[in-house]
Amino acid sequence: MSGSSNLVAMKKVVQQLRFEASINRVKVSQAAADLQQFCMQNALHDPLLTGVSSSTNPFRTQKLCSFL
Amino acid sequence: MGEMEQLRKEAESLKDEITAARKAVNDASLQDTVSGTAVVGRVQLKTRKTLRGHLAKIYAMHWSTDSKLCVSASQDGKLIVWDSHTTNKVNAIPLKSSWVMTCAYAPSGNMVACGGLDNMCSIYNLKAKDGNVKVMRELAAHTGYLSCCRFLSDSEIITSSGDCTCVLWDIETGTQKTVFAGHLGDCMSLAVSPDFKTFISGACDSTAKLWDIREGQCRQTFGGHESDINAIAFFPNGNAVITGSDDATCKLYDLRADQELITYQDSSIMCGVTSIAPSLSGRLILAGYDDFNCNIWDSLKSERVGVLAGHDNRVSCIGVTADGMACCTGSWDSFLKIWN
Repeated sequence: MSGSSNLVAMKKVVQQLRFEASINRVKVSQAAADLQQFCMQNALHDPLLTGVSSSTNPFRTQKLCSFL
Repeated sequence: MGEMEQLRKEAESLKDEITAARKAVNDASLQDTVSGTAVVGRVQLKTRKTLRGHLAKIYAMHWSTDSKLCVSASQDGKLIVWDSHTTNKVNAIPLKSSWVMTCAYAPSGNMVACGGLDNMCSIYNLKAKDGNVKVMRELAAHTGYLSCCRFLSDSEIITSSGDCTCVLWDIETGTQKTVFAGHLGDCMSLAVSPDFKTFISGACDSTAKLWDIREGQCRQTFGGHESDINAIAFFPNGNAVITGSDDATCKLYDLRADQELITYQDSSIMCGVTSIAPSLSGRLILAGYDDFNCNIWDSLKSERVGVLAGHDNRVSCIGVTADGMACCTGSWDSFLKIWN
């Protein structure tokens, strides 16, 4: 009976919403500060941000020249 | 009042409760917090390698955890495992179904997986004793296309599907361990948290959901997008999620504050976002778009700081290596490019 299965589905929706409503939330100011701190702390180790020197870049194959 | 009507009212009141609770902790914006920080300087990445070999549109790519090998999937019916340093093809795996939409590399490097319109996730063993790569398992149970898959280990994989569910599979037995149901539209993308305890999914119902893998439960739901979410990724610290949508924007949602902190948009960008990946520190967000480009955003200041232009068709997938040294873009133009 689609009527009762709709009811079961709706009960699940309400149960889920009750769960999601109950979680603990951290203040945005704290969350934002933590995000910023993480970025700052790891910035020096972020190759795409700092750039990669050609000598240490595994994607830049060094072509060796030799005098014949 | 009928029971159904009562339940509907309760649902609406709970949604209002969630909105109010989010507002209650919204004591400052990300913009306020970072107002003293400068925007990062212009980021100019160059194409270091072009991986040529696919004969049709590339739909997906995934880096191996070694930051050297990667796998790509194309509708030419092949999975190719590339050595990105040399551009050599390590494996070229012919697929039973050419309608592939996703691929994944196991963290161990022992396996790859793919799937698409065949509604299945096929697992391939790269390290078979006889040297031949063949199908190890075919995970079949989804009633819709396979949009994304990610290995938790050699024995478990999570898939997302057009049937609106995500599934945790036991690869050994080929059975479903957990079905994650709740999305009201096709699930388009998924990403596993750095600690492997949770995963997030983005769907055509414009929401992103955070799931507890062991409990099988949806913990949080994030709205705000105005169209399908096509791409999703974890911020490297595991506490935030970034999404890319057909509404031409990317958003960052903080998991602990349970809300959107910032939207990455520009009036000049009017096409959908297809793919997204953060840099190692999370300061840069690389997003692939339908207009053949990839934009690089300063994640904290929400400003565009770079563009990766070089593909002749839609950028369909993007990935940053685990060591953060390079990013790879895959396109409908059949090429993959490595940038740094």
